[in-house]
Amino acid sequence: MLLSPPLLAFLVVYIGALAVVLVSSFWSVNAFTSEIEHTWTLANYRTIFSTSQPYLHIAGLTLEIAAAVTLTDAILAFPLAFFMARLAGRRTRALLFVMVLLPLWSSYLVRIYAWQTILAHNGAINWALNGIGLPDQNLAYTSTAMWVVFSYVWLPFMVLPVYAALERIPDSYLEASADLGARGWRTFRSVILPLALPGVVAGSIFTFALTLGDYITPLLVGGPGSTFIGNVVYENFATNVPFAAAFTLVPMLIMGVYLLIARRLGAFDAL
Amino acid sequence: MSGRSTRLPLALWSALVITFLWIPIVLIALYAFNGSTLQGWPIEHWSLHWFRVAWDSDARSALWLSVRVGLIVTAIALVLGTMAAAAVARFRFFGREAISFLLVLPLALPGIITGMALNSFFVFAGISVSMWTIVIGHSTFCVVVVYNNVVARLRRTSGSLLEASQDLGADGWQTFRFVLWPVLSTALVAGGLLAFALSFDEVIVTTFTAGLQETLPIFILDNLRQGQQLPVVNVVAFFVISATVIPVFLAQRVMRDTGVRVGAAARAQGGMA
Repeated sequence: MLLSPPLLAFLVVYIGALAVVLVSSFWSVNAFTSEIEHTWTLANYRTIFSTSQPYLHIAGLTLEIAAAVTLTDAILAFPLAFFMARLAGRRTRALLFVMVLLPLWSSYLVRIYAWQTILAHNGAINWALNGIGLPDQNLAYTSTAMWVVFSYVWLPFMVLPVYAALERIPDSYLEASADLGARGWRTFRSVILPLALPGVVAGSIFTFALTLGDYITPLLVGGPGSTFIGNVVYENFATNVPFAAAFTLVPMLIMGVYLLIARRLGAFDAL
Repeated sequence: MSGRSTRLPLALWSALVITFLWIPIVLIALYAFNGSTLQGWPIEHWSLHWFRVAWDSDARSALWLSVRVGLIVTAIALVLGTMAAAAVARFRFFGREAISFLLVLPLALPGIITGMALNSFFVFAGISVSMWTIVIGHSTFCVVVVYNNVVARLRRTSGSLLEASQDLGADGWQTFRFVLWPVLSTALVAGGLLAFALSFDEVIVTTFTAGLQETLPIFILDNLRQGQQLPVVNVVAFFVISATVIPVFLAQRVMRDTGVRVGAAARAQGGMA
């Protein structure tokens, strides 16, 4: 049998560990001994959904930035993907492909770090602003900085699936559309856009999910008010595993719903 | 749609987006040659001084750990990923659908969840952190990357090829060597490259499985958080950026030769964070 013991062990360990995390979210930590108490409680969930706590606000900010990043990347990527797939010559296309792939493969941390230096007070942005006679901006360590950096880091993930979807549209569809009297814009709206949509949704799975689960970018370029779900989870992990576990369920549930919608929009075939 | 009126704006937009993608990378590469300990722009004093300092720093042992972990993880991922793909693509068995779904989980779930789950498991099972706990952490998603690449290739390969080989009298090894291997080799190269690159760059799962050990990304992260040794981090960044040329060049060749779907690369990278 090809599904050999190591593979099964791998699955058992992984699934078992996930199950333990889920179950532990219904436990609590003794405030005095810091031991985990294995008694069933919804206390962690009550804390998360309590309006007197910051957690709903944090989840809201995380979602908001994830949505903004997804939208920004779609807007930045679509024209580029379109140019690559349908207009560029063979050589230009290959060149653009490498230009998109190289940043994707280069270190995620290094790319965040690059923005840290660019956004810094004495960094390249303020240098450029001063150069054209504008005053300094304090962009470093703000939620705006997080939006820019996330959009930057995940952008190639949007370009590639959109490109793949656009490239697969047969020329004959466009000719048929033109033969039926559709002008450029009409063809775009009624033929190209619907066929490219699964690609955009596929890309959005990456940009959305990766932003939702991240805690490194907020840590490195975010400010005092830019805590993400991931940061709370990471900080609580050392002291209060049940609470951290309960809070990870929030992005998991959001992603579950998102993936169900994405599948209905045909995004899985475009991956 | 391909009229001149739309072509020019789209070309301009593409150029701008590519510039946006590249400016940070070029800038951070230049900082490696910054002679000052201050990270201001423009760079006023150029120097190769920090390359020597970086070579003598902890970065070297961190690099070594990352390379070892990456190689072991790639080997594990190639073996287990290929076996799983072969099983799912070729046989119908009880739980097949469930396994093909479970195998995608490590990529679909945020890394922080995988990290927490594994850390809880290690504590629960009394396993102390070592290079092997990092290897296990990375293997979760690297196996899936190889699995995805190979399963896609096997689905496009007709089973009748293998039957034909057997009908012509080939034994199991010959069928593998002369029929299956030529079909799979590029998928394995692509999958292996991705697996190594993902492992080499992984941060989040590693923070949960490494303890006090430093892989190269953890070395960068620790120093960035504390704002220490930034000139050394600059050199490491320069090195890491230069090194990405290799997999991109190879992947580009492999993809051109075989038409590996671009989405597969993007999907695989989904496990990065």
